[in-house]
Amino acid sequence: MDKKLLRSVREYKKQSFLTPVLVAAEVFVEVLIPILMAKIIDVGIMNGDMAYIIKLGALLVLLAVVALFFGAKAGQLAAVASSGYAKNLRHDIFYKIQDFSFGNIDHFSTPGLVTRLTTDITNVQMAYMFTIRLLARAPIMIVMSLIMTVTISPAIAFMMLITIPVLGGLLIFIAKKAHPHFIKVFDEYDELNNVVQENVNAARVVKAYVREDHEVEKFGKISGIVFRLFTKAEKIVAWNSPTMQFTMYIVVLAMVLIGGESIISGDMLTGELTSVIVYALQILTSLMMVSFVFVMIMIAEASTERINEVLDEVPEMEDKADAVTEVTNGDIEFEHVNFSYAGEGGNLSLKDVNLHIKSGQIVGIIGGTGSAKSTLVQLIPRLYDVTSGTVKVGGTDVRDYNLKALRDQVSVVLQKNVLFTGSIYENIRWGDETASDAEVERVCKLAQADGFIREFPNQYETMIVEGGNNVSGGQKQRLCIARALLKKPKILILDDSTSAVDTKTDALIRQAFREEIPDTTRIIIAQRVSSVEDADVIIVMDKGEISGIGTSEELLKTNAIYREVYESQMKGGKDSE
Amino acid sequence: MSKEKKPTKPSLNKNTLKTAKRLLGYVTKTYKVQFIIVLICILVSSIATISVSLSLKFLLDDYIIPLIGQKSPDYTELYQALGILACIFLSGVIASFIYTRLMVVIGQGVLKRVRDEMFEHMQKLPIRYFDRNTNGSIMSLYTNDTDTLRQMINQSIPQVLMSALTIVVTFIAMLVLSPILTVLAVVMIRVMTAVARMVGGNSGKYFVRQQLDLASITGFVEERMTGQRVVKVFNHERISEEEFDQLNESLFVSSSKAHTFASIMGPVIGNMGNLQFVLTAVLGGALSVLGIGNITLGVMASYLQFTKSFTQPFMQIAQQFNSIIMALAGAERIFNMMDEEPEVDEGYVTLVNAKKDAQGNLTECKERTGLWAWKHPHQADGTVTYTELKGDVRFYDMTFGYTEDHMVLHDLTLYAKPGQKLAFVGSTGAGKTTITNLINRFYDVQDGKIRYDDININKIKKADLRRSLGIVLQDTHLFTGTIMENIRYGKLDATDEEVYKAAELAHADGFIRMLPKGYETRLSGDGEELSQGQRQLLAIARAAIADPPVLILDEATSSIDTRTESIVQKGMDNLMKGRTVFVIAHRLSTIRNSDAIMVLEHGRIIERGTHDELLSQKGTYYQLYTGNLELS
Repeated sequence: MDKKLLRSVREYKKQSFLTPVLVAAEVFVEVLIPILMAKIIDVGIMNGDMAYIIKLGALLVLLAVVALFFGAKAGQLAAVASSGYAKNLRHDIFYKIQDFSFGNIDHFSTPGLVTRLTTDITNVQMAYMFTIRLLARAPIMIVMSLIMTVTISPAIAFMMLITIPVLGGLLIFIAKKAHPHFIKVFDEYDELNNVVQENVNAARVVKAYVREDHEVEKFGKISGIVFRLFTKAEKIVAWNSPTMQFTMYIVVLAMVLIGGESIISGDMLTGELTSVIVYALQILTSLMMVSFVFVMIMIAEASTERINEVLDEVPEMEDKADAVTEVTNGDIEFEHVNFSYAGEGGNLSLKDVNLHIKSGQIVGIIGGTGSAKSTLVQLIPRLYDVTSGTVKVGGTDVRDYNLKALRDQVSVVLQKNVLFTGSIYENIRWGDETASDAEVERVCKLAQADGFIREFPNQYETMIVEGGNNVSGGQKQRLCIARALLKKPKILILDDSTSAVDTKTDALIRQAFREEIPDTTRIIIAQRVSSVEDADVIIVMDKGEISGIGTSEELLKTNAIYREVYESQMKGGKDSE
Repeated sequence: MSKEKKPTKPSLNKNTLKTAKRLLGYVTKTYKVQFIIVLICILVSSIATISVSLSLKFLLDDYIIPLIGQKSPDYTELYQALGILACIFLSGVIASFIYTRLMVVIGQGVLKRVRDEMFEHMQKLPIRYFDRNTNGSIMSLYTNDTDTLRQMINQSIPQVLMSALTIVVTFIAMLVLSPILTVLAVVMIRVMTAVARMVGGNSGKYFVRQQLDLASITGFVEERMTGQRVVKVFNHERISEEEFDQLNESLFVSSSKAHTFASIMGPVIGNMGNLQFVLTAVLGGALSVLGIGNITLGVMASYLQFTKSFTQPFMQIAQQFNSIIMALAGAERIFNMMDEEPEVDEGYVTLVNAKKDAQGNLTECKERTGLWAWKHPHQADGTVTYTELKGDVRFYDMTFGYTEDHMVLHDLTLYAKPGQKLAFVGSTGAGKTTITNLINRFYDVQDGKIRYDDININKIKKADLRRSLGIVLQDTHLFTGTIMENIRYGKLDATDEEVYKAAELAHADGFIRMLPKGYETRLSGDGEELSQGQRQLLAIARAAIADPPVLILDEATSSIDTRTESIVQKGMDNLMKGRTVFVIAHRLSTIRNSDAIMVLEHGRIIERGTHDELLSQKGTYYQLYTGNLELS
């Protein structure tokens, strides 16, 4: 069991410690039972002493009740402890992920995180439960049974003393052998889940290209690998039970041999032989349990490692102790900013960017596909940290802000945007949990979403399905804009957020911005020149560098790229006149 | 927390039995021989196990006790008896070795088949299935539910078989030893099963609930992880955490209750076994004192041993009970999915490559000629006619809604003449994407019909229909794999050269070559490494390489800058010369050179014509185009 992970047991420590204590009590009682049984046979039945049988019988029943009490209580505590541990682990992982920055998120795949939160934790939970229940039971059982055996027959006890480490060693050897195979299996499992997830997400693409068979084949290949690896791993584990049985039978034969002779020579009673065999079987079963738990821990270890990958990930961004909590205005400044997604030494996506945007300005950003427009704006709410240089908002380095405060004031509508399961009200309120219905409706009007929302039978109570697939692309974009507006930010960034919205609605949105939020710095990334033409400043991006800054008029004169884009888009308009 | 649709609650009744049978069918069908061998081996193995206690009676009564007190006892017979016992034990070990290994293969094999069949069936399901079910709940079938199946097949089934056999064999042995005492055993069995059912029923209930809770948490996590970036941007971490905590808490409750009942089962049954032991001893003692039933010391000794080994298998079955219930609930969900009605396809017209013979008649051929024909077999007279694929698509009075109560398209009639480029313009939600969804039959129209080259599209096999249509969808989805593989998705046997050509055509070649690994760059998770525009370019390249007879571009260039777009467009125009193209776009510049432009509003076509015609009409399109109209 991983020490670091065990820290998550927290408030369930009491149950976790009490379980083995109760189990120990249960075992003590349980071990006494075979002695009583032997006495009943040897003394009671041999002599036909009914009073003795009843007396010991009553004692045995009493012990059974006590054992039942301890056993049941231990079971309940173990269940609560392990489920609680699992709960805490899930809690810790989920909370950890919430602290991830964009860079951290890039390191993990969604299905990978989902498996960690489900299957992996279930594995750890089961291993933990069996560990606290059985690992206490097994050693106590073995020791107690051995002591009992010694009192009956030192020779047999000696034999058991030799058998235990041999069998134990064998079982552990088997488990160790299987371990690396299980790790491989789980990696392959991820792969399998990934294919499923992609196919669920991209069902339309698969169907449109009639690639069902191709996907089935792809899946079959991986499921074949999973089959092979799993079979291999489990075949190793399958050695357990024959090994165990083999040992058990040898022990039984030897005991009958030794015990038989002792009985014949009068050193042992028949009932004692029976008891000794019971003890021997208890010892072996305990060893079997240990190996069973061992295999579980092994399997869980693969899961543990994967869980630790998440817990060990260092969040790239943390608030400074004296972080600034107030964004004074919507001023933005870039000073010699270099940026690479790979960090220092990586391919530079942004090269020596210098920029000053004044609070309340409307800024348009235009540029070719892959020219790093999105990268540029993602630095403003500090979704990523600069590789070198500084980005300042309101005159303060973004790294000096409290992240929450910064992002509350810098609202981004991401290009790849997501709505969540829930009503439209609930979705928009992501921007501000406390907003009234009227406020939600107001921002929807601004984002030109109110119109189509009112056409839905349930209006604002319309349920959005997972991924927002029951509204069109343009509707989704407008809902996302409304959601961002509800924050009442000092800086609003639209990253190509109206691409699926028609020009006229696009114009209406921009007009609403001009009238309703004139003091907010607005940054608009767009493909359409018309979307940025009337901006105060237009930035033309090209291959990670700023190729030109200025008003539309200025850029037409000075910037070739802008001129070309402008002409290609405006030509149509002129033709028609 | 939003009201997430919970998967239908499985009930433990007839259905469960049916599910169990069906699951067992997987075992017996594929692995008949192996399974019979397993059964035999389990029988041998349990006999060997039982003979441990069984033999004790014989050894004591016949070989050991007679020797007691002898001066120089003769051990030969005892050794012989032990020799026979050793042989039985050895065969037990061998049997157990064989069946555990075989069970591994059977178990994993069945799992593989279930997984493969599940996936294969999923591929056949209509788009509506994916609309109706959350990604998380579908994923859960492959993860949580299949995991429980694994446990059941690998552990529970052999355990239960073994225990059941042990019970039967022990019971027979007990019956032979003392019929009178066995009556007591029967009574105890009844009591024990009643108790087990009570405790087990409770734990089963909670185990099923635990699986449901696990499914909701999976669904929640899946959705939030996908949208994690949005969560960050909106500082929504704390709220997400609260929502997660709620789900987590209810999972904790069901899980701890389920495991509590399951854990109690062992001690309860085990100590009832102890009780049985005492009762048997008392009764047996009384009987032997009174001299009823011919009970000897040896008989009592082994009988009491049996009593002990008799309860153990009950305990084991009881402990497996939960995982069986859990697995059956999971299996039921899996089978429910497998029983979902697949996409109906009654089409029989297929798409073939064709060439024209000297007389100008169409004949079928294997190689790609750039000429396609619809192969139309006529059932009435057994003849086959070939119709050239021209890309003539006509809609007649089409009405459609995704749900019964909300129509998206109304009485739509339109036609695309072969070789035309047809564009749809209109506000978002006007029904443009819906039209393409109907052409490739992701959904079927409620009213009206669509004819493709004068063939009712319902008669065309769906696969062939879709193969004739190249589609670039509004939402770009890429697959894990290299860029090369992603483009090749459009034509699986394409050469590298063809991939390069397609990428050049889509203007993607430039940025791909800039990547450190070029075409061999691996994409993961929907190509998150690339910008939205770059992903669209790849999607276009993927469509271009398919070189389809008819092309549908649904906002295919919405995230691509206009310069690149016009280059891409020229390329596509060249590729599709003489073929039909449907274009949906907001940017009017994209569709200017279309042969016909349809302006849609609220699911109806309000204007149609060429760019020039529409401009001269001075209607909605004109106003849109000149920007004079700020549409309502």
